[in-house]
Amino acid sequence: MIKKILSSNLLIMLIFSAVVLSAPIWLAPFGASYPDLLQKFAIFGIFAVGYNILFGLTGYLSFGHATFLGIGSYTAVWSFKLLTMNIVPAIVLAMIVSGLFAIVIGYLSLRRSGIYFSILTLAFAQMAYSLAYSVLTPITNGETGLQVSQQDPRVLDAMAGIAVTDGIPSTNLFGALIKSQGGYYGFYVAAVLLIIAFYISLKIFRSPFGMKLRAIKSNQTRMKYTGFNTKPYLLTAFVISGMYAGLAGGLLASIDPLAGAERMQWTASGEVVLMTILGGVGTLIGPLLGATLIKYFENIFSALNDSELHSMFSFMPDSIQNFMVTVVSPFVGEGWHLTLGLVFMIVVIFLPGGIMQGLTHLFNFVKRLFGMGDSKTGIANTMNTSNHTSNKSPNNVKGEA
Amino acid sequence: MSIILDISGVNKTFGGLQALDDVNLKIEEGETHAIIGPNGAGKSTLLNCCIGRLIPDSGSVTFNGNNMIGMQPHDINHAGMVRIFQTPEIFPDLTLLQNVMIPALAKRDGTFKFNPFKSLAAEKSILEEAHATLADFELDKFHDQLANSISRGDKRRLELAMGIIQHPKLLLLDEPTAGMARHDTNRTIDLLNSDRMQAMTKVIIEHDMHVVFSLADRISVLVRGNIITTGTPEEIKNDPKVKEAYLGESEEEES
Repeated sequence: MIKKILSSNLLIMLIFSAVVLSAPIWLAPFGASYPDLLQKFAIFGIFAVGYNILFGLTGYLSFGHATFLGIGSYTAVWSFKLLTMNIVPAIVLAMIVSGLFAIVIGYLSLRRSGIYFSILTLAFAQMAYSLAYSVLTPITNGETGLQVSQQDPRVLDAMAGIAVTDGIPSTNLFGALIKSQGGYYGFYVAAVLLIIAFYISLKIFRSPFGMKLRAIKSNQTRMKYTGFNTKPYLLTAFVISGMYAGLAGGLLASIDPLAGAERMQWTASGEVVLMTILGGVGTLIGPLLGATLIKYFENIFSALNDSELHSMFSFMPDSIQNFMVTVVSPFVGEGWHLTLGLVFMIVVIFLPGGIMQGLTHLFNFVKRLFGMGDSKTGIANTMNTSNHTSNKSPNNVKGEA
Repeated sequence: MSIILDISGVNKTFGGLQALDDVNLKIEEGETHAIIGPNGAGKSTLLNCCIGRLIPDSGSVTFNGNNMIGMQPHDINHAGMVRIFQTPEIFPDLTLLQNVMIPALAKRDGTFKFNPFKSLAAEKSILEEAHATLADFELDKFHDQLANSISRGDKRRLELAMGIIQHPKLLLLDEPTAGMARHDTNRTIDLLNSDRMQAMTKVIIEHDMHVVFSLADRISVLVRGNIITTGTPEEIKNDPKVKEAYLGESEEEES
């Protein structure tokens, strides 16, 4: 009964919403509660949660999902330029356009499975990146990146009589500036969308559709002989995850209205794979943890420099202090990827199921600690009463408990 | 008795090897038909040609009046022909309950259905049917275990349950007891002879003569891609051609 309540959608969503919305408070001790980073947590959380619907449920490893992130960003910026600085149409259009691209790229890539599928998605992503960088300069503004400017038409804003008189226009949600409240407003917009995105992912995980996707991962041949046409299932999962990426891209542009080709680079596609694996492939919350951890490392470790390290190790004698700084400094600042690589290696070697597997182990360990406590008292009781009834006593103990 | 599966003039070659050579076979509705033959006789190839895994070079496969050649495996499944594989083809990463729910959903949802907002726990009738089917196969006590954690014999019975839950018009079984210990084999025979499965039309490929003679209404003998004879178990037992081609060999193998 308690288990049933604990696993109910409502309770999960209540806890999840509380944790996400209170993030500025409980992340403060970690030095991570400034809006810039919080926004990244939420946005890349959406990206990873969506990616997990493809990779976690069907097992199809896409190496090109940053394409949809980039397409989402470009679409959103064009919406700011042509329609309005309101982020709602921008985000909706970002999802639709990246969904359309996902249909085409998914349809072609899903003709193959396994490593060939991954290579195809990577090829499409690199093509998209190159196109955005050079050939499509009129649409993407190439190397400089696409930006909004005062002279943009903004048809809807013009019709509503909103005009920008000085400087670069800012994004808004029905008039409320995304940048207001020192950026916390932007975080809360992203956080609400993350909660909605997570809820949809939760529903998919617990639907017959989600179970079928998992069955495809487990044994696709069996699925076919069981009477399922697996292609449309895979394509649907691909398009859903593409739209999640588009949403994330649209949000990135909503918070900072510019879009560049580097958002589509293969490193960005690889990053979401890392996030998902680090957190736990196929788990509900894992990819979100992975995204948070990677963005945290990126921001915290890359910001450290030698003088800060010296002050961190200042309690040590000078010679050891210098030695420690020499050893640690390659792993921070520009070299924070080394730290990420190390963490990733440790997780994959010792916890192939990611952080979520580690948490499960920890949970079971704690449970066993309590269980052992019970049985110890049980044994103690047995020894006090009789040495011969040891077979019977565990049942008695259980009965009492 | 009407003919449910009509295989006529089927040829299949792999390179220079004639795996099936003008095979003609008619399966009657309601019967349990065993196909026996020495290793490499083409038994599995014949099943693969029926189920859409292989396309015969020539000839026709007609099921329930419909041509099956060139059809996709999932469409053949929905036509009512279900195959059980020699090495258990189950979903190892799903629970036993989910393993039998999937084919039940296939029966209800068709080849594709997008219902991401429906809760799995709300699928009451599917859940009930899945539990009942698992119970029939004495597997319900494992229902929340992962399918890769149960014994090989149980896995094969699980696959059988996955086939049965779809109420197929014709069940194709590829050596349902291969690699099983004797008591496991007997359990499977009892299951196949149970009320639920007795009336079902079945084609069984089998090596084990004990299994064949305890299940089959009719037996066909396949040797080097050719059906050399078809008859009742009694007729097959006393057929000198069969003794020469198959039973003689297997006796030597056993000794």
